[in-house]
Amino acid sequence: MQVGVLALQGDFREHLNALAQCGVQGIEVRTPAELEKIDALIIPGGESTTIVSLAKTFEVFEPIKKRIAAGMPTYGSCAGMIMLADHIVAAKDGQETFGGIDITVRRNAFGRQVDSFECDISAPAISGSPIHAIFIRAPWVEKVGKNVEVLASYEGAGGASHPVAVRQGHLLATAFHPEITDDYSVHRYFLDKVCL
Amino acid sequence: MAQESGTSRVKRGMAEMLKGGVIMDVVNVEQAKIAEDAGAVAVMALERVPADIRAQGGVARMSDPDMIAAIQAAVSIPVMAKARIGHFVEAQILQSLGVDFIDESEVLTPTDYANHINKWDFTIPFVCGATNLGEALRRINEGAAMIRSKGEAGTGDVSNAMTHMRQIGGEIRRLTSMREDELYVAAKEMQAPFDLVKEVAANGKLPVVLFTAGGIATPADAALMMQMGADGVFIGSGIFKSGDPKRRAEACVKATTAFTDAKVIADASRGLGEAMVGINVADLPAPHRLSERGW
Repeated sequence: MQVGVLALQGDFREHLNALAQCGVQGIEVRTPAELEKIDALIIPGGESTTIVSLAKTFEVFEPIKKRIAAGMPTYGSCAGMIMLADHIVAAKDGQETFGGIDITVRRNAFGRQVDSFECDISAPAISGSPIHAIFIRAPWVEKVGKNVEVLASYEGAGGASHPVAVRQGHLLATAFHPEITDDYSVHRYFLDKVCL
Repeated sequence: MAQESGTSRVKRGMAEMLKGGVIMDVVNVEQAKIAEDAGAVAVMALERVPADIRAQGGVARMSDPDMIAAIQAAVSIPVMAKARIGHFVEAQILQSLGVDFIDESEVLTPTDYANHINKWDFTIPFVCGATNLGEALRRINEGAAMIRSKGEAGTGDVSNAMTHMRQIGGEIRRLTSMREDELYVAAKEMQAPFDLVKEVAANGKLPVVLFTAGGIATPADAALMMQMGADGVFIGSGIFKSGDPKRRAEACVKATTAFTDAKVIADASRGLGEAMVGINVADLPAPHRLSERGW
């Protein structure tokens, strides 16, 4: 199985490295021809508005959307979660996504960079021990459709809880960035459990 | 671990997310929106672009908080702002405004001719300019989460950015070929902390993201810097001092992503209208060379 990482902008090299640590040689995807070579896709962290704009410029937006709808296993972190959401709020006017997961995601939900943080988070379906999660101008999930499985939630002060890792069938999304830590359990989960 | 903000990982991680992108100088809401629509990964909010600071002279300072707040309200992408070298109160103000990144910048008039800001004191990340590896490591030692080559801002002449990228890259390659006992002298000579020198020698790269800035005016300039090993580019005066800012901004974004594909860069370069006029760095009298600011 060939895994690709969308390499238009963002921390795609870190995702390729995380794949390598799991024993998988990923490839960079920027063109429709490269997209045809892959069986599964990772959408990296970065700036979602930039990624949409570049996906259109390089004519991969519609092809990726179709592949996702047709069942290609796909994982998105942070900006990648935004790209996989059916609905987004606090978005740029008219901002589009690939969609696929029946969720509403709030962009920059935790605030600006001054509010970015790291913490441990529990995700029993992914790992037996807590995952070290890094949230950078991160989104969260505001509304979850009935076929969506919540894998982890962030418990804020005052008892508010927001899903930050979700799965719907062949699609996986996290609001945090496992690729910039040395805990590869989310990537292993994607490769072993989602890419069947 | 309990929740923690402002850690090195959170700051450096923010810089990682900007990789492969273009950060554009903007002086008003309208320009910020053009930049966001063109696919900029962030905007740098400032009152005068470097070309105007050069033309108008005088002391260049942090921008008016109202102007920064208006741009923050207008776009959804990260907003950066500049503080003067060593002016930690300007930096405190920028942090209180919630800007996403502070550029401790030689483009503004320096405040302290011996010390830079202690960037560890802050929750938000800093980017600093460097002309060589020693300078880059001194800034990282003070807490910078991102380094950019300085180039010569506001000229449209990319030659200094090239010199700085070659210098930093060359010094990194040299370190990787040294024995550990030779690294002590290397650290002494480049006036950089030994631990950082050792880390660079082991990894063959800086411990933080390296962008390029200064004089970038065309898609070809942006792609050149990416091929020289930059993780992304800052474009200051080059976009909004040109004939058709919208098209030029889009073209530079495209070339920065497809930086090894000459056909794409050629297409991006077609019919962009007039580039910024520019000044040759060699014609600048030494006291007006910004890249020499920083210690």
